[in-house]
Amino acid sequence: MEVPILKQGEFLIATFQAALSDQDLESLRRGLLQQVVKFRSRGVIVDVTAMDVMDSFASRTLREIAHMIRLRGAETVIVGIQPEVAFAMVQLGLTLEGVAAALDLEEGLAYLIEKFKNID
Amino acid sequence: MAKREVVTTEEHGSDDRRPRGGVPEAPAPGEAPSDLLRELVAHLRQNRNQLREEWVNRIAETRLLTAMSKEEIFAEATSVYDSYVEALETETFEALQNYARNLSERIIPRGVETHEVVGIVLLLRDVLARSLFAKYQTDFRKLNRILDAYEPAANRIANTVAVGFVQERERVIRQQQEAIRELSTPVLQVRERLLILPIIGLIDPQRARQLTEQLLRGIRTTRAKVVVIDITGVAAMDVTVANHLVQTVEASRLLGATVIVTGLSPEIAQTLVTIGVDLGKMNTVGDLQGGIEQAERLLGYKVSALSEAR
Repeated sequence: MEVPILKQGEFLIATFQAALSDQDLESLRRGLLQQVVKFRSRGVIVDVTAMDVMDSFASRTLREIAHMIRLRGAETVIVGIQPEVAFAMVQLGLTLEGVAAALDLEEGLAYLIEKFKNID
Repeated sequence: MAKREVVTTEEHGSDDRRPRGGVPEAPAPGEAPSDLLRELVAHLRQNRNQLREEWVNRIAETRLLTAMSKEEIFAEATSVYDSYVEALETETFEALQNYARNLSERIIPRGVETHEVVGIVLLLRDVLARSLFAKYQTDFRKLNRILDAYEPAANRIANTVAVGFVQERERVIRQQQEAIRELSTPVLQVRERLLILPIIGLIDPQRARQLTEQLLRGIRTTRAKVVVIDITGVAAMDVTVANHLVQTVEASRLLGATVIVTGLSPEIAQTLVTIGVDLGKMNTVGDLQGGIEQAERLLGYKVSALSEAR
C-alpha cells in the first residue's frame, strides 16, 4: 500500500493510512528520502494517526527514517500517536528516542516552523 | 396407629432408616419427596407467626443485627421467612438470591456484617428444624423423611443468602475502590496547554496505570504541551511504580508534551537513581511552585504583578 506524500511548502507530509506491512515501511523509507532530495525539503511530518498498533519494526524504521533525513539536513516529526498506542509502545521500551514527536499535524507544523525560525 | 419399632440411637442419620439387611425402605403412600415438601411448607405457613416470633427472639438473644431497630428486624424477618418458605416450596432459588442481594444492598451501609447475616439464617434453620422435631416426635421414621426433604433445601438456602450477601459486599468494595481511584488522580488544566497532575497517597501498579491512561487522554483532549506531575504527597514508590512514572513521561513525550516532575522526596529520588533512570530524560524541579514557573516559561508565559495591586 502506498503512503501518500504531500508537499507543504518546505515540508513533506507522509500520512499512514492503516496498518503497514514491513514492505510498505521499506518502500516508504526509500520514497521519503528521494522526495526530500528532490524538493530540498527542510522538514518531514509522518502522520501515524491511523495506526492503532506500533511494533518494534515500525518503530525502528521510523527512527532510521528520521536519522537518514537528518543526514540531509532536514528534521522529522512523528505526529498523531494515539494515547493507547503510546502507552503500549513505552511498555515495550519503544520510545522513539531521538525523534521529535508532536500531538497532531498542526502541532507538527508549528514545531518545524519554530525550529527553522531560529535558524534563519 | 400401629406401633412401630424404633431403632434407638442417640442421633438420627440416614443409616438408621435402613432395617438390618441394608435395603432402603420404599416410601409409604403420601411420602414421596414432593408430598413431604408440601406437608413441610404447609406446616411452616400455618405456624408462621409463632415461628417468626421465636426466630426474632433468638436473634435478639444472640445479639445479632444490633445495627437495626426492633421494627426493622421484624419487617426483614417477615420477608426472609416468606422468601425462605417460598424457596422451599418452589425449589427455585433465584428469587431468594435476588432478595438476598437486595437485602444486602440495604443493610450493608447500616454496618451489618457477614457473620450476622449467616447467623440469622442459621438460626431460622434451627428454629424451623426444632419445630419439625416437635411435630413429628412420635413418628421417628416420618421425621427422618421430612428432614430428608428439609435439610438439603435449608442448606441451599443458607448458602444462597450468605453468598448473595458476600457478593454484594464485594461489589460495594469494588465500587468504592473505583471511586477512590477516580478521586485521587484528577488531571487539572491550569493554563492553556498546561496540565497539573497532583498525586496523593499510595500508588499501586493498577493506580499508576490508570493515572497514565487518564493523563494521556487529557493531553490529547486539552492539547497540552506541558504537564506537571506533583508527587509531594507520595511518600514512597517501589521500583515497579517508579518505572511506571518513567513510562508516563516517555508516553507523554510521544504525544508532544513535556513532563515536569515535582516534589520528589529523598526516598523516591533514591529509588529513581537505584533503578538507573536516565535523569537527563526526566525533567524535575523541587516543588510544585517551581514546576509551574518552569512550565510557564516553557510555554512562553510571563507572570507579572498588576500595578494597581495592593
